[in-house]
Amino acid sequence: MRDVVTEAPATLEVRGLSIAHEGKVLLDVPHLCLDGPGPTLILGPNGAGKSLLLRCLHGLIQPDRGRVCQNGVLLNGCHKARQAMVFQRPVLLRRSVAANLDFVLKRKSMPRVQRKPRIDDLLAEGGLDGKARQPARSLSGGEAQRLAILRALALDPETLFLDEPTSALDPSATQMIERMVLRASAQGVRIVMVTHDIGQARRLATEIVMMQAGHVVEQGLARQVLESPKSDESRRYLDGGLVT
Amino acid sequence: MQEFASEFTQALSLILEGDSELWAIVLLSMRVSVFAVLISALIGMPLGAALAVARFPGRRALIILVNALMGFPPVVAGLLVYLMLSRSGPLGILELLYTPTAMIIAQVVLVTPIMAALTRQVVEMLAEEYSEQLRSLGVSRLASVPVLLWDARLALVTALLAGFGRAIAEVGAVIIVGGNINHVTRVMTTTIALETSKGNLALALALGVILVGLAVAVNAMVSVLTLRAEREGVRHA
Ligand SMILES: Nc1ncnc2c1ncn2[C@@H]1O[C@H](COP(=O)(O)OP(=O)(O)O)[C@@H](O)[C@H]1O
Ligand SMILES: [Mg+2]
Repeated sequence: MRDVVTEAPATLEVRGLSIAHEGKVLLDVPHLCLDGPGPTLILGPNGAGKSLLLRCLHGLIQPDRGRVCQNGVLLNGCHKARQAMVFQRPVLLRRSVAANLDFVLKRKSMPRVQRKPRIDDLLAEGGLDGKARQPARSLSGGEAQRLAILRALALDPETLFLDEPTSALDPSATQMIERMVLRASAQGVRIVMVTHDIGQARRLATEIVMMQAGHVVEQGLARQVLESPKSDESRRYLDGGLVT
Repeated sequence: MQEFASEFTQALSLILEGDSELWAIVLLSMRVSVFAVLISALIGMPLGAALAVARFPGRRALIILVNALMGFPPVVAGLLVYLMLSRSGPLGILELLYTPTAMIIAQVVLVTPIMAALTRQVVEMLAEEYSEQLRSLGVSRLASVPVLLWDARLALVTALLAGFGRAIAEVGAVIIVGGNINHVTRVMTTTIALETSKGNLALALALGVILVGLAVAVNAMVSVLTLRAEREGVRHA
């Protein structure tokens, strides 16, 4: 996380994005711009294409057509863009907790003398102090996801993607993750997070993007979308989450 | 039965009194097999990792071939190495036949496919799990190889031990290329075969006890490592 709080988060812009598979349109997003001041939460029923969109934005998937720009710069590939992603199930290296963080700091060519204190700071940030030497794979689900977020933040990303990071966690573990996300956002990281928890969207979102069947059906300020959704799909989803 | 008991007592005293001939044979066996396994690992592990990570035409066929070579009959491996090293063979000029080096080569031929196949298997499973995460962290396919090898280290040590177990217990190949020459190329397995046929049961039994001890120890280590790997991977496996 940066020490400077002043800078506005990065802008993400998508144009003409589409993915089809065996004749079926999986994703069709003509235009989407994420430039609000706080976290963007993506909502929508299962299979709506939320994960697909996130992977396209992050460069993990090459769309059939379309372009993704961060701060006006065309992206190809994840790393060059100072982006990071946290997955639904944390994938931790079979090493100690500290070694998982050291791995990304080393990749950033941070000198050894700086890595040690940075790791300590990060662990404190995620409430994992005292667990530095523990094998990462023996952490609890919540701890593991916190470590995954810390590792993503260790990259100093301009944009952090999170794909349903709390869907397997209990309320208190979820709360800790949400706090970390809000803190990163306050420090100027662009947050783009998928959730199917409307309460979570209410707690975190500045802006909400509603998706269904590969399309963005609504985008707007969180309160406005949650209180008075414009599209029928959004209304039905928010009423019961039962859109198919 | 009484005879057997006395042979066995004699065998134990050979072991316990540190009979120099016996221990020379044991040491040569260890030396040959340790070298063979290390060389096999140097060839087989990168090969296995490459097969797991790289995408090229013929990859599947190569995987099937490597897996099939794990079952290569040792006697035939010995025969092939013999043909290569014999005076009229392509490598005859090196005069390696009937030397410990020849035995190492034969064991390398047998153990390398084991290393490659086991490495391919564990690295491929791990690569599947790590692939998106590593790409997200900006690790290229090539750069992911050392990461995967390191994170598969427990399984790879297990493969190493399995290879050593196969090498040290092998008799068919080393007897062909080593010739079982006294003080030069006599290893545990070939000596057991020879001494038994000569009726010198004490030495054969003593070597047998040590060989069994080694095999059991190696397998015990494999089990311990496997259990540890399972324990560490038990969550979010
Ligand atoms: N690699 C793929 N190949 C074919 N279809 C896919 C692939 N990945 C996702 N899909 C399909 O795309 C649709 C959207 O998936 P996804 O983005 O995972 O939905 P969600 O909104 O639940 O995250 C689903 O119908 C899924 O079956
Ligand atoms: Mg999803």
